[in-house]
Amino acid sequence: MPPGGDIPEVPGRPDERDRPRVGVDDWVASVEDRREDRAGITGLARRIDDYVPAWSRLAAFAAAAATLPLWMDRGDLFAYGIFTLIYVLLGLGLNVVVGYAGLLDLGYVAIFGFGAYFYALLSSEHYGVHWPSALSIPLVIVSAAVLGLVLGIPSRRLLGDYLAIVTLFFGQAFVVFVNAANPTVRGKGLTGGPNGIADIDANDLFGYELTTRRQQYWFILAVVLLVLVGLHFLSESRTGRAWRALREDPLAAEAMSMPVNRLKLMAFAFGAGIAGLTGCIFAAVLTAVTSGNFALPILITIYAAVILGGIGSLTGVVIGAIVINVSFQFLAPENPQNNARILFYGIVVLLLVLGVRPWRRLGAVLGGTIALGFGAHAIAEAISPSWTAGVVVEGGRFAGLISDWVIIPAGHERFANAAYIALVVAILALTRLHGWWRTGLLVPTIYLAAVVWETSFVEQPAVARWILFGALLVFLMTVRPQGLLGTPRVEIV
Amino acid sequence: MAEPLFELRDVTKTFGGLRVADRLSLHVDEGEIVSLIGPNGAGKTTVFNLVTGLYRPDSGEIRFEGRNLVGLAPHKITQLGIARTFQTLRLFLNMTVKENVMAAAYGHTRSTVVEAIFRLPRARREEREIAQLAEKKLAFFGQRLAGYRHQQLAYNLSYANRRRLEIARAMATNPRLLLLDEPAAGMNPAETHELTELIGRLRTDGGYTVLVIEHDMHVVEGISDRVIALDHGLKIAEGSFDQVATNELVIEAYLGLRGAA
Repeated sequence: MPPGGDIPEVPGRPDERDRPRVGVDDWVASVEDRREDRAGITGLARRIDDYVPAWSRLAAFAAAAATLPLWMDRGDLFAYGIFTLIYVLLGLGLNVVVGYAGLLDLGYVAIFGFGAYFYALLSSEHYGVHWPSALSIPLVIVSAAVLGLVLGIPSRRLLGDYLAIVTLFFGQAFVVFVNAANPTVRGKGLTGGPNGIADIDANDLFGYELTTRRQQYWFILAVVLLVLVGLHFLSESRTGRAWRALREDPLAAEAMSMPVNRLKLMAFAFGAGIAGLTGCIFAAVLTAVTSGNFALPILITIYAAVILGGIGSLTGVVIGAIVINVSFQFLAPENPQNNARILFYGIVVLLLVLGVRPWRRLGAVLGGTIALGFGAHAIAEAISPSWTAGVVVEGGRFAGLISDWVIIPAGHERFANAAYIALVVAILALTRLHGWWRTGLLVPTIYLAAVVWETSFVEQPAVARWILFGALLVFLMTVRPQGLLGTPRVEIV
Repeated sequence: MAEPLFELRDVTKTFGGLRVADRLSLHVDEGEIVSLIGPNGAGKTTVFNLVTGLYRPDSGEIRFEGRNLVGLAPHKITQLGIARTFQTLRLFLNMTVKENVMAAAYGHTRSTVVEAIFRLPRARREEREIAQLAEKKLAFFGQRLAGYRHQQLAYNLSYANRRRLEIARAMATNPRLLLLDEPAAGMNPAETHELTELIGRLRTDGGYTVLVIEHDMHVVEGISDRVIALDHGLKIAEGSFDQVATNELVIEAYLGLRGAA
C-alpha cells in the first residue's frame, strides 16, 4: 500500500462545473489563456499535435514521404526530397542539444562537416580508400560523437551566450582548418583545401550501391524514420526527462540526483552522432564536399528550421525543415521568378491567418485589401492611363489579375522608392496602434507591401528570398515565440 | 552509542570574512523530525547547501549512514539518500507535474540511452515503475495533486501546490533523510495546518527522517521532536520546543538584547 493510502478520487476539471471551486483558482485563471492559445490555425495544429497519437502521425508522414519519388522527377526529388530529409536529420540532432538540453551550440555544423569529410576520406578516390558503408558510417558516427564530447566540455562551465560564443569559434575554426591548414598526409593534402574532396562513393547497403536518386531518397527516409522513432522513445525516457530538467534548472536537476555535467556531454555527443551520420549521407549524395558547405549560412538555416517548427518538438522540427527547405528551393535563382511571387502572397496570407483573429476580422482585412486594390487601380487609371501602364514581371497565370490590382506606373523607379518609404512608415505606425485602428491600417499596409513587391523585389529573387525569410521569422517569432508546434515556455511566474 | 543517521561535526564555512557556519555540530537520529530555526541570515539554508554538496565546508565532517559526504557531487549525495526542497522553489516549470516527479527518479534507475532508444525490456520495466512511483508520491498529497493535475505544466500550479510538488519530487529520489526548506512559506493558515499533518505523515507513512527549516512557530511546535536554533552560523540552543522557545539566547537573537532599547 502506498503511503497515504489509495490514490484519491480524481477531481473533475473546474470548467466542467457551474462555478470555480476554492483551491483550483490557478486552473480557472489559466483556462482562458489556453482557450486563446488553442484558437485559430495554430491552435488547430497544436491540437493535432497533442491528440493525434505519435504513431499515426509518423505513419502519415512515412506514407506521404515514401510516395514522393513516384510522381516527382529526379531533379526535384534531389532538391525537394533529399535535401529536406537532410535538413530534417540535422534539425533532429540540433534539437537534442538545443531543444532538449537547452545548450546553445553554434559549432554544430562543424560536426556535420567533420562527418562529411571523414566519410569522404574513408570512401573516395582521394586516397583510393573504399570502405563499405557498414563500416565507415558507424565509425564516423562514433568519431563525431567523441568530437561532440570535446565540443561539449566548455558547457561544464559555460551556459547561454558564453557557450554560444565558444562553440561558434569551434565552428569557424573547422572551416578555416579545412580551407587553409590542409596538412599533407601520404603525399596529398588531407582536406583538399578550397577544392574539397571529390569522387565520393555512394552509400551502400551491405554491398548494394545506392546510386539512383530514388534509392538514395528511400534510404535517407528510412534513416529519418528510425531516428524519429529512437528520439521519440529517448525523449520519454529517464535520459530525455533529465535533459529537459537540466534545461529548466540545472541546479535543481543536480540536487534531484541527475549528474548534470555528464548529461550535458551526453546531449552534445548524441546530437553530434546524428550530425556525423547526416554528414555521411550528405557527402555520398553530393559526391563532393567543400568547406563552403559547412559555413554559417547552413547553421542559420538549421536553426531557422528548428526554431520555426518549435524547439523541443519532433513534429515541429520535421515541419520546420520542410517549410524552410521547400521554400528555399522554390526560390532558387534557376527557378522562375513567379515562384517568389507565389511565395510572397502565400506568406502574406499565412501571416494574416496566424496573426489576425477572430475570423471575421481576418475576413474584413482580406476583403478590404482586395477591394482597396481594385478601387485604387480604377481611380489611378481614371486619372491617367500611364499610372497603370507598367509591365508585370513574368506574371504567369496571375499577370492579368495583378495588372488590374496593383498600381504599376510606366517608369516606376521613383514611385517604387516612395512606396517603399511609405511602407516602412506604415509598418512603424502599425506597431503603435491597437484594436480596430490597427486592423484598419493593416489593409493599406498590405496593399503597399504588394505594390513594393511588384515594383522592386520581384526582379531580384535572390534578395527577395532572404527578405521573405527575415520577415517570416520576425513575424512568426513575435506572434508565436515558441514556434509553430513548440510548447510556450514560461521562465518566471 | 551508535552513530546517528546524520551528523555534522565541527563544520565551518566562511565566505570571505563572513562565517556562515561556525564549528557547527548537530545530528538527526533515524525517524526523528528536527526543526532548524533562527532569524534571517542565521545560516539555516547554508546548512542545507553544505549537506547537499552545493557548498564545500572549509573544515569539519558531514556524515550520513556512517559515511563522510564532504567532497561528493550533489547528485551523488542525493543518490545516497538525502533529498531537499528549495526555499525559493526550483521546479522544472515547463514540464508536467508528473514529469517533475518522474525526473527525480533518475538516480535510482539504470537503463541506458541505447536501451531507451530500442525500448529494451529493462527500459520498459523501469519506465512503468517510475510512472507508478510518481503516482504514489503524488497521491501522498490527496486531491491536491491528483487527476488532471498530473498532466498540467508545473507553472500552472498555485504557490502552495508548488511547495507540495517540491516535496513530492524530493520523495521520488527515494531518500531516507528529507531536508525541507521553509515548506510553509506563502501558505494560508488552513494550508499550513494541512502541511503540519503532512510532515507527520512523512514519518509515519513514508518512513522518512525529516530535517526542516521553518519560520512558522506553530508548525515548529506541532511537528518537532527536537529544535535546533542557529544565529550567525552558531548553534545557540537545542532541545524540545519549549526549552528552545524560552532560551535567553534565542529570544535575544529574535528580538534583540533585553533592555538594550
